[in-house]
Amino acid sequence: MSLENINPTVCPKLPPREGKVDDPFDSRGIFDLIRCINDPEHPLTLEELSVVSESQVLVSNEMSNSSVHVYFTPTIPGCSMATLIGLSIKVQLLRNLPSRFKCCIEITPGTHNSEQAINKQLADKERIAAALENPHLMLVIDQCLDVEIV
Amino acid sequence: MATASAGESIQFSSTQTLKLQHEQTLLGHEDRVWCVVWSPKGNILASCGADKTVRIWAKEDGKMVCRNVLSGEHNRTIRSVSFSPCGNLLISCSFDGTCCIWDRSKSGEFESMITLEGHENEVKWARWSACGEYLATCSRDKSVWVWEASEDGSEYECSGILTHHSQDVKQVLWHPSMELLVSASYDNKINLYCQDDDDWTLHQSLTGHDNTVWAISFNATGRRLISCSADQSLKVWELDGPMKKTGVWKCMLTVSGDHPRVIYSVDWCKNSGMVATGCEDDVIRVYTLDDTDGLSLSVVHAQAHEKDVNCVSWNPKQAGVLASCSDDRTIRLWQVVAATETKLI
Repeated sequence: MSLENINPTVCPKLPPREGKVDDPFDSRGIFDLIRCINDPEHPLTLEELSVVSESQVLVSNEMSNSSVHVYFTPTIPGCSMATLIGLSIKVQLLRNLPSRFKCCIEITPGTHNSEQAINKQLADKERIAAALENPHLMLVIDQCLDVEIV
Repeated sequence: MATASAGESIQFSSTQTLKLQHEQTLLGHEDRVWCVVWSPKGNILASCGADKTVRIWAKEDGKMVCRNVLSGEHNRTIRSVSFSPCGNLLISCSFDGTCCIWDRSKSGEFESMITLEGHENEVKWARWSACGEYLATCSRDKSVWVWEASEDGSEYECSGILTHHSQDVKQVLWHPSMELLVSASYDNKINLYCQDDDDWTLHQSLTGHDNTVWAISFNATGRRLISCSADQSLKVWELDGPMKKTGVWKCMLTVSGDHPRVIYSVDWCKNSGMVATGCEDDVIRVYTLDDTDGLSLSVVHAQAHEKDVNCVSWNPKQAGVLASCSDDRTIRLWQVVAATETKLI
């Protein structure tokens, strides 16, 4: 398969978090969970490709109403991997966050040609559940999630 | 005040303060529970989910217990279950693309009788028509299939494939007294179908929801249909004119602002007229009919489950008894009571 975006811009990584962490599930904590996800096409992480950033992770961490909203930015507006990237972020959060969190993964507004269709798919838990029962797809996602511990 | 009359029907006035009293939590499913449904007599509860099993629950010494676990017929998530009008048949629909019909008329226990194959991928929902003659199924393959039972009921033949939706079809539902079929879809539409000579054709398409329509339910008379959506609203559709299957339906009411997240389930109680909803915010809400035919929000039961409420189902015989199920792997049983803790029945 040929790369869609041959020469992507590579951004520096954030240094590891230092000091005492009061809330492991603040926006930095959740960013740390997703920034090392591998891009399905490039040997680079979502952070290095600026697909995800700390400022694009919005968290409400109240016991009765905990939610995470992650916006991700495909490297090009026609990126055919956008759904897979969104799915990888979703799976990573489902696996690592306490179950009280409601996770919403969406494309940064205006950054993809099929933004609405992809957002709708990622929001449909029935379609997500069916997709995650597909062993071939899970293999690909697990490759994306083969993350190093920061 | 609540008043009970013959046939255990109960009327609730909209000014009354109600609440949901938790009666029991049913444990056993090992993963997300997608669907819970009562048998027509209201004495058996069936549930299913991502653990690929159907569980049959019935009362023993006043408590609901798991009487049977049906497994081995599906190798992927079982999305929904539904009883036939006589209560002897049960159908399970699976992401594996098949439906299984289970029969208990021989041994008293549900045994697998037939597997229906034909859909290209995940089957989401199935319902028998009121007389039991037809069965409808729907799938992510965007189609609705109508199946016709043989005279002895042992075989089903496909008698129509309806491909009017442009996206996956979440639910199918038959009208309680007419041969009118309804489907709800990811394409934001609700379609109504009826038979024209021998062919099933699209009769009307109801538009108005801005996102996936997850569930639909008729009221007791069948003159009204309620729908719930990922657009966080409920819509009530009314038959305009005389009761005939070619009648035209119109939206008479939209309820928005009460649900902050996706509404996955809606059920209109045929006895009390109450409407229950299951929402992604873990809350069960109950509406009563008010004097102006509107829906009045009477119960907001926060943290009814620890995760999304996937399905709510009123007991068809015991007024005010509600079952719910969730991603938290549990099924919960509830009783609508006056806030003074007095049971209404």
